[in-house]
Amino acid sequence: MKLSLTKTGSAPHLTPHTLHNIHKVPAMAQLTLSSLAEHHEVLAEYKEGVGKFIGMPESLLYCSLHDPVSPCPAGYVTNKSVSVWGVGGRVEMTVSKFMAIQQALQPDWFQCLSDGEASCAEATSIKRARKSVDRSLLFLDNCLRLQEESEALQRSTIIGVIEGGDVMEERLRSARETAKRPVGGFLLDGFQGDPMTLETRLHLLSSVTAELPEDKPRLICSVSRPDEVLECIERGVDLFESFFPYQVTERGCALTFSFDYQPNPEETLLQQNGTQEEIKYVHQTKKIKTTGCNQEMTSFEINLKEKKYQGDFEPLVRGCSCYCCQNHTRAYIHHLLVTNELLAGVLLMMHNFEHYFGFFHSIREALKNDRLAQLKELIRRQAS
Amino acid sequence: MAAAASPSSMESAPRIMRLVAECSRSRARAGELRLPHGPVATPVFMPVGTQATMKGITAEQLDALGCRICLGNTYHLGLRPGPELIQKAHGLHGFMNWPHNLLTDSGGFQMVSLVSLSEVTEEGVRFRSPYDGEETLLSPERSVEIQNALGSDIIMQLDDVVSSTVTGPRVEEAMFRSIRWLDRCIAAHRRPDQQNLFAIIQGGLDAHLRATCLEEMTKRDVPGFAIGGLSGGESKNQFWRMVALSTARLPRDKPRYLMGVGYATDLVVCVALGCDMFDCVFPTRTARFGSALVPTGNLQLKKKQYEKDFRPIDPECACPTCQTHSRAFLHVLLHSDNTAALHHLTVHNIAYQLQLMSAVRASIVEKRFPDFVRHFMGTMYGDPTLCPTWATEALASVGITLA
Repeated sequence: MKLSLTKTGSAPHLTPHTLHNIHKVPAMAQLTLSSLAEHHEVLAEYKEGVGKFIGMPESLLYCSLHDPVSPCPAGYVTNKSVSVWGVGGRVEMTVSKFMAIQQALQPDWFQCLSDGEASCAEATSIKRARKSVDRSLLFLDNCLRLQEESEALQRSTIIGVIEGGDVMEERLRSARETAKRPVGGFLLDGFQGDPMTLETRLHLLSSVTAELPEDKPRLICSVSRPDEVLECIERGVDLFESFFPYQVTERGCALTFSFDYQPNPEETLLQQNGTQEEIKYVHQTKKIKTTGCNQEMTSFEINLKEKKYQGDFEPLVRGCSCYCCQNHTRAYIHHLLVTNELLAGVLLMMHNFEHYFGFFHSIREALKNDRLAQLKELIRRQAS
Repeated sequence: MAAAASPSSMESAPRIMRLVAECSRSRARAGELRLPHGPVATPVFMPVGTQATMKGITAEQLDALGCRICLGNTYHLGLRPGPELIQKAHGLHGFMNWPHNLLTDSGGFQMVSLVSLSEVTEEGVRFRSPYDGEETLLSPERSVEIQNALGSDIIMQLDDVVSSTVTGPRVEEAMFRSIRWLDRCIAAHRRPDQQNLFAIIQGGLDAHLRATCLEEMTKRDVPGFAIGGLSGGESKNQFWRMVALSTARLPRDKPRYLMGVGYATDLVVCVALGCDMFDCVFPTRTARFGSALVPTGNLQLKKKQYEKDFRPIDPECACPTCQTHSRAFLHVLLHSDNTAALHHLTVHNIAYQLQLMSAVRASIVEKRFPDFVRHFMGTMYGDPTLCPTWATEALASVGITLA
């Protein structure tokens, strides 16, 4: 249900050794074309596919166009090409270049070339929304045709992309038309946004997923917060990107929210008391700007840079089975952050991934036991 | 305050080093240190984890590489997070959760490296903190007090360190002061049963001063001796002579720790000269600049020539990085903002150093150390005769010829 995040083919801060310490790592990892497109020649010469190249030969791989963490500049989609940004600058891709790159990568799934810019601007014109759907369908048909002709891509699955901005009519058209094509799944693009637009977009989301076949996975990009994830699951989404734990890590924070919707009464009391205190503190110190992740801190986490953790010898989260919580204390993480040591990112990433993957495990359990409402209520109480 | 030394008191001092083998030609020895947190095979290279962390690698990764002793730094830890907090965390071992041995430097070297922030008097070193401008006095007593709180297995005396490029009366002053400070450290040491206090031989590049220091300090009953004040800006020619002079006069049955030495060639030569322990930031620091250590030197992996090089850094290396990743992938990763690139190289470089020491030790035990040296130099320089002059001379001085 979730994709493990990579940056340039590697989990952020983590080597396979430290990644393997994490429990419940998803079977499928996300790669981004924005970090790999410029290395297309090397991969083509390598011949054995990106999975082996990055040292993850056993993992299932999904290749998205963009990096969910770094937004790319708008205005670079044309009728013939889409651009991504790597370290070396802009890489412009026509359908044939895009497919050539995918041929070198040989991922298990890949997002089809698409026009995602209808959702970028504040108010989308109907005309722009229509164009995003038309272009994306044209790209899809061309990519499917090229895939048929490519031996190397026979085992890869193309994920069709649902576009259409905020225009209901266009969204429905996109869904219906894309569903007619032989795609392996659907990416719901452009549904992310601030709390203002979220309500409208969630409504849009329900209508869209209603048009999609039940037996193919629905992915959504740029939605990763626990509360938003649950809203999307209720509206028919299956797969999510895991960039939220990465953003939390980059701002020196640790996920602490509870997802245990059937705890014993004693635990509830202890946790509630803890959560209350932390929520109070969070309201006072909400805005944290870090390089590259200009996001506000949420109430799902604690900020280890705060002085109060200097002498706190508890683990990040009591009862957490991650390497960091099993071996280290809040005081130690605080020290590493204050002294700008690299290990801070490593340990926080290990905890935040494990905590987040644990959350998804609880979602699956809740769905199985028909208790999603309880889980949702628990998360809602902890959202700011 | 010279401690009177009688033969009996010296003989009854605990010996933490057991000699396993000695090279019949050179002064190389293989041994085993018996330390509170477990045995350590020597010769040993000790990676430097200045602020209670081995940079980006976890304690588990370091343990898996076979590291059994590493360094922390009193000056840094004394400022952040401070000895009181570390004591509350059950010492430095508890704070960073390192199950094996730790050696802490006294803070003396920072006198040289942070000289603009420090002032030396007989009392101690007065430092101005770079973080909050506050002044602290690091005296021999205070240094030992902090190290007692840190609980490291080996602690170092506070020495009066001058850069090896300094000449004149300051060198002599520092040498004699280091002896006086050694005695103050010995007197202040609260935990001689749990922590081993090492002396540090000073004297700069002056043979006479070194000899004097050696004569005096070896009268003190300490578990081990370090050779300090070298591996600064001095010429290699002067460097090796001071090392050789020191090992000639240090007791056979106590460990010799050569501080700040980490280049592969230097390690091999100084083992031949009779040193047992080494530390250096070089391997871990150079890793973070994208440089991987190999038997032929190093690979600057950010360079374009590695773009399509699908081999591992070293096909003979058993480290996790070489088992899984290619130079080409590391090249890509090094040009991204993912810190994992640095960690891969840190793991490899530490593995390289530890594997080197392991190979050196095996050759001493198996009585083929001179051959090992010849082969090592051949690999590193293309031909044993192309080895740098200073190294050739140093090895010759202890009976190893390279031709």
